[in-house]
Order: sequence, then structure tokens, then C-alpha cells
Amino acid sequence: MTKKQIFINSLYHENAVWRQILGICSALAVTNQLMNSLVMGLGVVFTLAFSCFTISLLRNYIPARIRMMVQVLIIASYVIIVDLFLKAFLPDISKALGPYVGLIITNCIIMGRAEAFAMKNTPLNSAIDGIGAGLGYAFVLLIIAFFRELFGFGTFFGFQILGQWWTKWSIMVMAPSAFFMLALLMWFVYNVQLKNKKD
Amino acid sequence: MELNVFILFMAAIFTSNILLTNFLGMCSYLSVSRQIESSLGLGFAVFFVMTCTTALNYFVYYFVLVPLDIVYLQYIIFIIVIAAFVQLTEMVIERLSPVLYYSLGIFLPLITVNCAILGVSLFMVIRNYSFIQSVAFGAGSGIGWLLAILALAGIRQKVNDTFVPAGLRGAGLSLIITGIMALGFIGFSGIAVIQ
Repeated sequence: MTKKQIFINSLYHENAVWRQILGICSALAVTNQLMNSLVMGLGVVFTLAFSCFTISLLRNYIPARIRMMVQVLIIASYVIIVDLFLKAFLPDISKALGPYVGLIITNCIIMGRAEAFAMKNTPLNSAIDGIGAGLGYAFVLLIIAFFRELFGFGTFFGFQILGQWWTKWSIMVMAPSAFFMLALLMWFVYNVQLKNKKD
Repeated sequence: MELNVFILFMAAIFTSNILLTNFLGMCSYLSVSRQIESSLGLGFAVFFVMTCTTALNYFVYYFVLVPLDIVYLQYIIFIIVIAAFVQLTEMVIERLSPVLYYSLGIFLPLITVNCAILGVSLFMVIRNYSFIQSVAFGAGSGIGWLLAILALAGIRQKVNDTFVPAGLRGAGLSLIITGIMALGFIGFSGIAVIQ
């Protein structure tokens, strides 16, 4: 596979959220506002790219029996960097995201890509794969967050678009809507991909 | 923050259910909920590990990390504590009760990467719980998780035979069921809400 194919594949065809059902936790939790989702998405892209790169560099030295532990430690170090960065430069968003920044560690997407791709491929390809998977994840977050913020607050990145006439759907801000939105998105993507296959 | 321990315990089960309102532990929740037996096994394992690791992490955080001023290492330390505890439990169960090991053992490795476990420890730190509160919160969250996965497994067994659009089979349908469950749990929110 060429580098471009790797990228497209992990971004769209094998998208972590809708194809492999990984990393759902944070995809649901932070998506009531676009800004939070954007920051979270970028944090995951950063962590994925660098942890896949590092794990792939070390892949011949990591003993098979404790590889999970080593992978988790590598991922955790990058997550700490993200966390400290957010605390220093974006304290408001860091507070809003709360424990979910730390929970990037247990985001199954990262472990999944490390295990499935980075352990078998060269560092550069692994980093590209990581960026693809991370962007795919961020993309899903932004789609869900767009609808939840629009209907829930009537805003787009904090700017009021829907006027006073709009009755805010408070359900969109609460937990259940996240489940419904993600299910609808999966359904939609399934049908689009099915149609593409038929053509 | 002074919160009655019992109220905190009940709130962790119902109003602020770790899965239905905080979305933690979704991965294993979606993949293991095909049968009631296996979800019961995983649920109990999560409950046990969550209660114990929250207590352990409380001591590690307030008696090691805070005095040494290395709080920023909390993620690494917490995950090591959880992984070590899971490994230890696995070995102990294997020695003491092979029957329990065969029904519970296969779920233990899954638990290390269950974000609900790490999430409870992080919530404990962010919300400044005391030791008793942390244990109550950990146990309550574990029971809440068990309740949610059991309910989903039960519903999924019933829904299995019905017609479902192809795109929604599997995860999609589970998410919709979970959404409706979460709506139902909002009805409990009169008890107490913990932030």
C-alpha cells in the first residue's frame, strides 16, 4: 500500500468509530460543544501519531509478553504532554474536558492502531496511519458535535446562528442524544458505503 | 465537598451512572453484551476491580503523589496500579478457585483497558472525594455499570429475533437501546445529582 492509501484507509474505509466501534466513550462525552470536540480530536491525533511512531520505532525491542504495558506507558507519556499543554494554554477547555483528556490513554483506538498496525510497519507509515485514524475520529466528533450544539444551544462554535425563535432542545445537551446521534451516523455511513460498493 | 456517603452511592448507581451519563466503559459494554451470563461475569469483575482500585489509587494519590509533588504523573501511576491489581487478581483467582477463574478470568485482561475504571479514579481526584466517599463512589459506579450491561444484554436477547435494518444491526441498535435506557435513567435525577 502507498502512503496515501494507508491514510485514506484508516481515515474513511476502516474508520475507527463507525467501522471498528472503537473509542466510543469520548466520542459521546465531549460532543455537546464543537470547541471541546475540536480540541479533543486534535489531542487524539497528536497522541495517535506520536505513540504509533514511537511504538513502531521500538517494535523489535518490545518483549511480546509485556507489550501491552509498554504500549500503555508510551501512550500515557504523550497524553501527559497533551494534558499539561491544555492546562497551560487552554485552561477553560481543559476544565470542561475534565477527566476525558486522561482517558485518551484507555481510548481503544490508540491501542487498536498500535497493536494492529504499528507493531508490524515502519515508523513513518505508522505515523501516517495514526494521523489518518485520529483525523477520522476527530471528523466523527465534529459531525456529532455540530448537530448537538446547533440544536441544543442554537450556536456554531459559540456564535449564535439560530435566533430567538428557536426553542432549544435540551435533550441534545444531555447524554441520551449522544447515543442516538452516533447510531444515526453509523446507519447513514453504512448506507453510503453500501451504495458505493454497488456502483 | 460534603456529600452524604449513602446519597453519593445511590447517585453513582442511578443519576450519574458511569456508563449512561458519563459514557465510560462503552467498548466492552458493546462487545460483551450478547449474553446475560457473560455480561454478568464481566459486570462483577468490573465492580470488584473498580471498588478496590479506587481505594488503592486514593492512597497512592494522597500519600505518594501529593507529598512527592509528582501529581502530573497520575495517569501513568493509576494505570500501573490498575494493571498490576488486575494481574494479581487473575493469579489469585486462578490458584484459589479454578471454577471462578474460568467464568471470570477471561474478562480480567479486558478490564485493564476499560476506561470506566481509570475514569472513576480520575473523577475521585477532580471532585476531591474523601476516602469513604471514594469507596462509595467506586462501588456505586461498579454496580451502576453492572446494571447497565445486564439490562442491555437482556434487551438484546429479546431483540435478536426481530427485524432490524441492516445498517443498525449490532452496535447501532445497541446504541439506540442505550439511549432509551439513558432517557429512562434521567427519571431518577430527582434523588441527587453529582457533578
